[in-house]
Amino acid sequence: MALIEAKHLSLGYDRQSIVEDLSFRVEAGDYLCIVGENGSGKTTLMKTLLRLIEPLRGSIVLGDGLRRNEIGYLPQQTVVQRDFPASVREIVISGCQGRSRLFYTAKDKALAEENMRRMGILDLKNRCYRELSGGQQQRVLLARALCATRKVLLLDEPVAGLDPVVTAEMYDLIAELNREGVTIIMISHDLDEAIACCTHILHIGKSAFFGTKEQYLNSDIGRRFLAPEGGATA
Amino acid sequence: MTTLIEYMQYPFVRYALVVGVLIALCSSLLGVTLVLKRFSFIGDGLSHVAFGAMALASVLDLTDNLILVLPVTVLCAVLLLRGGQRVRIKGDAAIAMISVGALAFGYLLMNVFSKSSNLSGDVCSTLFGSTSILTLKAKDVYLCIALSVAVMLIFVLFYNRIFAVTFDEAFSRSAGVNAEGYNLLIAVIIACVIVLAMQLVGSLLISALVIFPAMSAMRLFKSFRSVTVCAAVVSVACALIGMVASILAGTPVGSTIVAVDVLAFALCALGGRISGRTA
Repeated sequence: MALIEAKHLSLGYDRQSIVEDLSFRVEAGDYLCIVGENGSGKTTLMKTLLRLIEPLRGSIVLGDGLRRNEIGYLPQQTVVQRDFPASVREIVISGCQGRSRLFYTAKDKALAEENMRRMGILDLKNRCYRELSGGQQQRVLLARALCATRKVLLLDEPVAGLDPVVTAEMYDLIAELNREGVTIIMISHDLDEAIACCTHILHIGKSAFFGTKEQYLNSDIGRRFLAPEGGATA
Repeated sequence: MTTLIEYMQYPFVRYALVVGVLIALCSSLLGVTLVLKRFSFIGDGLSHVAFGAMALASVLDLTDNLILVLPVTVLCAVLLLRGGQRVRIKGDAAIAMISVGALAFGYLLMNVFSKSSNLSGDVCSTLFGSTSILTLKAKDVYLCIALSVAVMLIFVLFYNRIFAVTFDEAFSRSAGVNAEGYNLLIAVIIACVIVLAMQLVGSLLISALVIFPAMSAMRLFKSFRSVTVCAAVVSVACALIGMVASILAGTPVGSTIVAVDVLAFALCALGGRISGRTA
């Protein structure tokens, strides 16, 4: 059984549909990259997978004993967060909120510590979030998402606004997590780098595509989408 | 000093100090969340709603104003805070509309139906708090203590959730936390605090109690916990200093407290600047 299976999904807001009849499946250990033009509904799809919004039609089935609150989410940054007075530790441990009761346990604290070490931000744990660089902030949010899950991460444009060096580091970090067995579903804009590590691709927009990376690179839609981006197939 | 001790003999002075400190504490706790959620003006809007409801209550000759004022204010708070992204009229415009609308209707009602001989005095005391804090009865004080304890208990119990929902609502919802519920809770609490605080500083100056301590604390501290604690300490200290000063100097209570809050903010901003430069 697939970890996440979407059947004939229609997505949108206020009964206005953006995406029609979308089907795909994600197996444990996959690295799925979601691509598509601006406004094609990538973020909407991610929010639907998280049940932040309900699908207009169709269904999402979670398998392998995956529970709804066991999905780690890395949202795009909001304006509110940019000048938020919070320490790294406070933010990372808030990833445990789905499992814990009102107060965090010693186990939660240990988990937060472990994930900060994993993301290489343990020495920043008492620093203020708003004083960190963009790449450090993303690591903090990634550590928080890891506190919520051991199985699946949903990443919404994890490298937006980062410089090339930090972007490459971020992709390495995500690929490393995938090698450790975490299933990754990621929205990305810059295709070349994103496609380098992923196993599957979901292209949404006027014409949709779902398949492995190799199938995508050999498909018409894949060639058309990649060509102007910097000649990956030229 | 001797005058102060003399004043402390009177129960109404002690009542005023207790109520003032409690209200300052509650409003500053919520203030941090509201400022960070970009709802700084909610205090202003809701207090005008409370003013309108108060006017209606006095026109209707209700013996206890709270019966009407509290539910109306809570309802407006829920509508304003819950709406969030989905409503047609966006946050700041909605607050401004409700705020000035309620103010206008309140004053209109008081003018047309007033039985009081001192209308402008009544309006002024509702807007600026004036002396009503010095005329509290024991019953008012107990009510205030009970509500403040409830607010503080809820805040401490749900502290981790309030932080999480304030920092990132989408993440909280994805983790299965009922973020809407917590927004509702915050809305209801802030409405209660504002109705209480009207007696202290009046409806025009309530925002100051919500915003200034939080902003002062944010100049100095960098984690959510230390900001919250600092805001509470600053707020209580300012309320105490303000009340004592107003008793000794015979100035209006509400505006004196706010003036002290402004002063504290200036000091904190300066302190933050200096420590930021050396760090």
